[in-house]
Order: sequence, then C-alpha cells, then structure tokens
Amino acid sequence: MKIVIVDYKAGNVQSVLFALERLGAHATVTSNAEEIQSADKVIFPGVGEASSAMRALKVNNLDQLLPTLTQPFLGVCLGMQLLCQHSEEGDTQMLGIIPVPVKKFDAAIKVPHMGWNNLHHLKSDLFTGIQEEEYAYFVHSFYAPVTEHTIAQSSYPEPFSAALQYKNFYAVQFHTEKSGPAGAHILQNFLNL
Amino acid sequence: MLTKRIIPCLDIKNGRTVKGVRFEDIRDAGDPVELAALYAKQGADELVFLDITATNEKRKTLVELVREVARYIDIPFTVGGGISAVEDVEVLLQNGADKVSVNSSAIHRPELITELASRFGSQCVTVAIDTKSTPEGWKVFSKAGTVDTDLWALDWAKEVVERGAGEILLTSMSNDGTKNGFALDITGEISRNVIVPVIASGGAGNEQHFLDVFEVGADAALAASIFHFQEVPIPGLKRFLAENKIDIRI
Repeated sequence: MKIVIVDYKAGNVQSVLFALERLGAHATVTSNAEEIQSADKVIFPGVGEASSAMRALKVNNLDQLLPTLTQPFLGVCLGMQLLCQHSEEGDTQMLGIIPVPVKKFDAAIKVPHMGWNNLHHLKSDLFTGIQEEEYAYFVHSFYAPVTEHTIAQSSYPEPFSAALQYKNFYAVQFHTEKSGPAGAHILQNFLNL
Repeated sequence: MLTKRIIPCLDIKNGRTVKGVRFEDIRDAGDPVELAALYAKQGADELVFLDITATNEKRKTLVELVREVARYIDIPFTVGGGISAVEDVEVLLQNGADKVSVNSSAIHRPELITELASRFGSQCVTVAIDTKSTPEGWKVFSKAGTVDTDLWALDWAKEVVERGAGEILLTSMSNDGTKNGFALDITGEISRNVIVPVIASGGAGNEQHFLDVFEVGADAALAASIFHFQEVPIPGLKRFLAENKIDIRI
C-alpha cells in the first residue's frame, strides 16, 4: 500500500510519520502531484494558521489538486479545517471540499481547546472498534459545527464536529497521532479503508 | 467534556533524566524515553521535558531526544529550557515536539512570543512564568528564579497572552519543593483572568492538592518528584480526582 503525506510546510509531519511507523506502515512525504494522485491513501496533517496554510498550498497548486482526489483521504486538525468551506480564522477561503464552515469558539471559553475530550455520536468505518466516549487529544481555536457530514462529535461545551466525512474525504479535528492507543486504532482503521 | 490534565515533568541534562527516579518496573531510570513510556501507560495526559543542559553543543542531544520521544510516545509533549530564538523552536517542532515553553528569553525580549505564535501558531507556544510571593504581591522571577524582574505575575500573564501565548505554565517558587500544595490564590487569579489554559506547578505533595488546584480553576497540574518517587502514583491520583467530580481521563 502506498501512503503519502501531503507536504506543504505547515504540518507536524514527523509526528504522523512516527505514528504510522508504530503501526508498521511507511509513508512518503511529498508535494508532487503524480505521487499524490497515485497513492492508495493520502494523509493531510496541519498545524498553525489557516490563511498562511492556504497560501502554502497554492505554491504547488495543491489547492487545485486535492479536491480532485478520489482515494481515501484523511485531514488532521488544521488539515481537517482546510477541507472545509470558509474559516473565520483570517477570513480565509478554504479548499471547499466539505460543505461546512469553520467558526471561532465563543469568547467566553478558554481557547485553544487544549487537551483530552470525549468522542461521541460515532458513525463511520473510521471508528470501528472505538467505544462511544473514548478520549482523543485536541488543540484548536476554531471548530466546524455539527452538520449532516459529522461522523463524530465532541463538546466544548457545545457539540462540534470532532470528525467529518464527505465522499472519500475523512477528516478529524483531534490528533490521531497523539491520542494514545485509541488514536492509533483510528489511524489503522483509515489505512484499512 | 474537556478533562483536566496531569503532567509529569522530566528534567533533562545531556539527554538523560537527572532527578532521582525510583521505579522498580523500569530498567534504566535515566532514560527519558523509557520513563516517558511508563508515564504514558500510567495515564499521564502530557509530558514536559525541561532541558537544563548548559552548552549549545550539548543541546544537539536534546534534538535527538525529542526525536526518540516522538518516535515511541503517543501522547503530546512540551520541551522547555534555554529556548531563545525561532530557529531553536523550528528544529524541536520538526523533530516531533508538540509545544515549546519559553521563560527568561520571553521576559528579556517579549517580541519572541509573538514571533513564535505567528510562525508556528499559539497552540505550540507555552510561556512558563516563575513567581514568588513577596510582601507586595506575586512577582515574576527570571533566570531560574534568581532575578527579580519587577513584573507582577498577573500583569505578565495577561501580557504574554496578548502577545500570542497559547498556554501558561505557572510555577510558584514559594511552593515548589514544599509538598504543602499548589499556590491556590495566584493560580486561581491568573486562571480566571486569561483566556488560555493554565498549568499549575510547584508544591504538589498529595492527591488532595491536585483536587484543590483544579477547584480554583487550573486546567492542568504538573509535578516531578512525587511522580518519580511514586509517592503519588498517577492511576490512583486520577481515580481520586474522578471520584471527587473532576473531569479526568481514566
């Protein structure tokens, strides 16, 4: 199986590579269009700020390429938000693959939402073998609301999308690579898709 | 619900843990990776590695250590100690650190916080504040607590958040090492007055102390020797907190 991690200089690539290594999987880190198109699985990590990440994607025309992909695709953290429509972070037009907006958390609560929180309302092959209320590690200041494309929810304190799915595009707000055995299980489920 | 975090802190010198560690079920207590793995297994929510290596050359071993921790440990970790430039942070994050903490260098040059936040995002910038109770109030000390900065702890906490810090690691030097409990007043005051998470540090001696500091508003609590010497084992601590209605990951 050929796994690629999309390289656009805004991801915690090394942590994802190590998480795959712990599962016995090897991935190639690349921004090359042909390499990405020919992969069996594409992983799209991301940390940092939305508008600068979008600028980085445009450098290699990845903003044009990614929406055309048809193989199982996993966006992680900012990688999830970049798949959405529009973000309130820097008033940024995102890739627009998943028809969901990205909003800022209410000013009355502490941001970033940082730490371990429960996953609930799980519905997807991505969560096969994962119990309702399992914990995952989150670090983010913006969120996608719950919509018909939500496949896992979390609450801070209002429910938000912990994971999204639209066609072949899967996306998780939490860090699978830092969520202990449960995170590893979810990553393995993605590789099994 | 978002849970409160329990964070063991490992002091690192030349790539090895320095504080004495008494674990029977560990082969090499000086190996940070093996100790980190044990803490992760016990239910630690995050780890902090504080590098006290003095020279720049020796700091290369820190990068190697960060890489090894990221390779084997599947919970988040923060690296602190001697970080003073964007380049220092870049190499740590590239090798798998999730967050960095800055302390004296941010007091010396507060713009550093903004530079780091705009380059890497606030979520990976923790500002460590060392504070001491004085007759006039809680003041900030730098250079491992040796230099009185004339800054008030609450004012400095607010400023670092404005400058882009994503988290505050608040250590009370007045409480550190006493095992008489965390500094509840200043921890509560800062927790109520900043919009970012606050990690309480210094003074933990028993399970009740963690309950007390979470009840005044801390988002996470850090300790070193009581975990290293198994005086307060993490699994029992987390059960105690859960029984006392604290949201905690078991």
